[in-house]
Parts: sequence; C-alpha cells; structure tokens
Amino acid sequence: MRHLMSPLDFTTAELDQLFDLANDIESHMDKYAHACSGKKLATCFYEPSTRTRLSFEAAMINLGGSVIGFSDAGSSSASKGESVSDTIRVISCFADICAMRHPKEGAPMVAAGKSSIPVINAGDGGHQHPTQTLTDLLTIRSLKGRLDHFTIGLCGDLKFGRTVHSLINALVRYEGIKFIFISPKELMLPDYITDMLKEKNIPYEEVIRLESIMPELDFLYMTRVQKERFFNEEDYVRLKDFYILDKSKMELARPDMLVLHPLPRVNEISVEVDDDPRAAYFKQVQYGVYVRMALILTLLNIHVD
Amino acid sequence: MLNVGKIEEGFVLDHIKAGKSLSIYHHLQLDKLDCTVAIIKNAKSNKMGKKDILKVECDINMLDLDVLAFIDHNITVNVIKDGDIVSKKELLLPKEIKNVIRCKNPRCITSIEQELPHIFVLADEEKEIYRCKYCEEKFTGSF
Repeated sequence: MRHLMSPLDFTTAELDQLFDLANDIESHMDKYAHACSGKKLATCFYEPSTRTRLSFEAAMINLGGSVIGFSDAGSSSASKGESVSDTIRVISCFADICAMRHPKEGAPMVAAGKSSIPVINAGDGGHQHPTQTLTDLLTIRSLKGRLDHFTIGLCGDLKFGRTVHSLINALVRYEGIKFIFISPKELMLPDYITDMLKEKNIPYEEVIRLESIMPELDFLYMTRVQKERFFNEEDYVRLKDFYILDKSKMELARPDMLVLHPLPRVNEISVEVDDDPRAAYFKQVQYGVYVRMALILTLLNIHVD
Repeated sequence: MLNVGKIEEGFVLDHIKAGKSLSIYHHLQLDKLDCTVAIIKNAKSNKMGKKDILKVECDINMLDLDVLAFIDHNITVNVIKDGDIVSKKELLLPKEIKNVIRCKNPRCITSIEQELPHIFVLADEEKEIYRCKYCEEKFTGSF
C-alpha cells in the first residue's frame, strides 16, 4: 500500500504516468465517472481549508465515489484528546482512502504509519503540501508540454511559503531549470534551499524587484506577501507594491509567459490581470482536481481501460 | 585509587566526557541487559583532565554502539575478548536515532502527541546533519 507524504515520494517517471492519467481524465471525464463507485474518501481536516478539501471532494465525486469526513478539529474526536494514530485506525474501518490536513508537521506521516488505507498529506503546517505541488507541475506540463528547460520566477514570501519550497524541490529533478527568486530581504529563501541549489549546480538569481526580470521568465509563480511577516510597517509600505502584479508589469513579460498562484489571492495579483490569457491560476485550480482524481485512482490501484 | 577488575568479554568505553557516563548507560539501554556494568566517574585523564569510563561485560555482538558516534565522536570503544583488548571499534553515524534527542519544533506532531518516539534520520553524513523524521527540522543543539 502506498501513501503520499511528499511530492518526492514519486519518481519523475511515476509522475509522468500520474500526469498522463490526469490529462486523460481531462479529455475523457465520462470514462472515469464510475471508476470509484462504492469507494469512500475520508477528508480529515484538522484545520479549515475550503479549497483543498473541496478539490479532494470534487475529485472523488467526479470518480463516482463518496466522501465522509470533518473540516475542523473541533468537530472531530481530536477535541476529546484522541491521537492521530487512533483516529486513522478508526477511519480505516470507514473509508478506502484518506486525505489529511493537520496544523502539526508530520501528523499525516504518523497516520500513514498506523493506517490500513492509503493516506494523502493534504498539508501539514508549514512542512509539505504535495498535492499543491502536483497541481503546479501538472499545470506547467499541460500548458507547456514539458517540465524541463524553463526559467521560473518565484515571487513574494519565499521564506515561509511551503508551496514554493516544495515546488523548487520537485523542479530540481528536471533538466535546464533556472530559478529567479523575487522577494524582500526579510522573506528570502532559507539557506538550506539555496545551499541545495548550489550543491546541485542549479542556476538561480535573487532579486528584489519584479520589473527587471519579467522579460526573462517562462513562468511567474506568485505568492502573497503578508504584512505580519515584516519587521516594521515602514518596510512593508515601501515594498508591498513591488510584489503586486498588474497590467503594467505584465506588459514587460513575454507573450507566452504564464502566471501561476497557489491561491487564495488577496491583492498580489491585480484583478485586471485575470483577463490576460497568460493568467493561468484559475486553470491551475481545475488541474488540481484532475491531479487529485489521478492520485486517488493510482493509490487505490484502480485502472480504467 | 579505586580498582575495578578486568572483564573477560565485552567493551570498555573510554574517554567519555566527565559526568556523561550515566546518560550513555541509559542510551545504550544497559539497564535492560542482564550483565555486569562498571561505571567509573571522574577518573584522572592526562588528555581530558577528568573522564568517565564504562565497562560492560557482555557478548560483543549484543550491543549496538553506533549511537555513540552521534553522542560523542571522542569516545574510544575497546573490544575485549579473553581479558584483552582485541580491537578498537570504529563508530559509524547511525542512520536513525530513536529517543536520544527531542524535536524542538513547536509545530511538530511530537510536540502534542507525547507517546510518539522522537526519531531523527541522518540527512547528510558528511555534515552530520540529522532531521526529525516527522517534520524534517534540523537538529541544531548539542547532545
């Protein structure tokens, strides 16, 4: 039995298979409409996350399966002090597969160790969010036809953003990737990631302003710069507009550059960019459903001819 | 001068930092073994000033001493057979260490689920970096 804890749990060849399946689902939704008939997905969400939970639920319903679960710790037996290990043993009796989000890092791994059904890490604190990374990779591969030889800009909160860290770790396995990191000094990437890039001889640049590097990018991955991450108000006011993507900055970009964002977006992408054909962040949400469908089928070992 | 007799078969752990012998006794789980153990504290040492020594009389295949490489590289492990030192055991960093150090990350699942073992995995042998198995936080303290 297989679980998904980190995007690196799958080899690049396995990811290719998963993405091929996701693309087949995209093209032939009807074929998969009853693939999980009689199967149940448990969504065990110990903290609120409407988007990821609904994406998992939509994925299972699209496959003809059903969904049970809880959407915050208060409505689960965790509020009575039950351990994750005990909860998953119980859930294993009710469902065929489980997607777990937990504020504590490593909780899904603990669950996987005790579970008799596949467990998918749906986000554990600031640690991993593998299905977001799979979503990002599928979006890139579907819209560009490959996952290698790109210059990718990652912009915003690069220090605390787990989606950014996960995506970097996943992309370094492909050839010809160059990273450009755009962030204020306070929110630069942690050293252990830049050390890893140096060790692997992967080219990267760190810059403060977005405008200068826009023409170089094949992709721009935006994240939110939160006010509370700054040491003082003055710096926040000075820097916040650098990280707002608007029409004027988009004019500097290549005609085929794509903008991604893990969402939710607050104000870091101006709504005027939404109509730009290069804005791919809502397509990304749709790919999130396809990749979760493919993942559920893969982990349940269900094949559709 | 205190005199502790020779052992026939087992280990003599020498050059233990003074005061650390009891914690090593526990980490090697010697309390669970039915064998003779001598704990010598604050012995005179030319090299260290003061040191601790542990003498363990047991089958030499019985003990996994690799955790000592994590705890203190400088400990000398003398292997004893028929009353004599037959070799000095080379210590290799263990791939995994269990319940020797604790994860200090407040966001780690081990911070709320007390019954979980604290497991660290060797992430980089060259730099001697261990990471928590659950949250991957790097262990930065000293033992």
